[in-house]
Amino acid sequence: MQKTTDEFIDTVEIEQPIVCDAPNDQIAKETLIGSNLKYLVVGIMFGIVFVKAEIISWYRIQEMFRLHSFHMYGVIGTAVVVGIISVWIIKRFNIKTIQGEQVVFHNKQFHWGTVVGGFMFGLGWAITGACPGPLFAQIGSGFLVVIVTLLSAIAGTWVYGLVKEKLPH
Amino acid sequence: MIELIRHPWPWYVAGAVIGLTVPVLLLIGNKHLGISSSLRHLCAACFPANISFFKYDWKREIWNLFFVGGVLIGSFLAVQFLRDPAGVVISEKTISDLQALNVQVDANLMPVSIFSFDNLFTLQGLLFFVVGGFMVGFGTRYAGGCTSGHTIMGISNLQWPSVVASCFFMLGGFVMVQLIFPWLMKVL
Repeated sequence: MQKTTDEFIDTVEIEQPIVCDAPNDQIAKETLIGSNLKYLVVGIMFGIVFVKAEIISWYRIQEMFRLHSFHMYGVIGTAVVVGIISVWIIKRFNIKTIQGEQVVFHNKQFHWGTVVGGFMFGLGWAITGACPGPLFAQIGSGFLVVIVTLLSAIAGTWVYGLVKEKLPH
Repeated sequence: MIELIRHPWPWYVAGAVIGLTVPVLLLIGNKHLGISSSLRHLCAACFPANISFFKYDWKREIWNLFFVGGVLIGSFLAVQFLRDPAGVVISEKTISDLQALNVQVDANLMPVSIFSFDNLFTLQGLLFFVVGGFMVGFGTRYAGGCTSGHTIMGISNLQWPSVVASCFFMLGGFVMVQLIFPWLMKVL
């Protein structure tokens, strides 16, 4: 447990793994459409930004890994700084969700996959020009052949699930 | 106003909006940004095949699929209605580097000469779509997250494993673009 989190005694800290790496921690019951439409709206906003800032561009990814442009570093860096400040504010002022619930945070655990899987994803990211989010956005922006890439990514996830126990963690 | 929106958005606007997704998702329903998890939910929903990794209540995580559905719709809307007629303008150095590798540089988001169905059953297609996609899907799950779950959500929550993961994402990207990609483009 980090020292900083002890200061916020109201903040709930749960160790991973819960269910998945990006879990739903809401306690209040959710309806399929009514509760989830707001995530569709946030997703739409995300998709628009992806296109308008050219984050889903294969060229921009090439440019980033050739150190020819600051653009992608600026996007990721700003997002991280805004995220850090936001999470700090939520913890510091114990801001509740709109359902009135405590915001739950999870610790990410380090294992061999962090290194090996991370490196492997990096290789794939550079060649497809997409992380998982942009895969969906590349399809939406009309590059329908990326459906094949997405299916292959789903297959990759599936194979990971299949061989998980045999891999070093 | 609409003219302003049509132009490519500067990095600080895009970065701020993406960063704000973290508190927005947390505050509208205790949800954690992490897009690669959607791939796992799709596996759990469509072909769990009795694998323990896919035996969980994916319906409880369905918000994530609404979110990526939104990403798909949002990108469609942006391309249809907010398209910048000038296209994607990248650095001259990258253009000349890519041309030296026989990549036909155009003004689209991605080179049409590579990302088309005509290329699907070629060695290049196999590499860009099938192998690339597989590495994204397998790698993100093995690493426990992607650029959103680790680099943005994880580091926002000051998780050092996310910093390590992000460094290896970048390292993999550099190795591919600087070392493997030039070789591949010569061979294929």
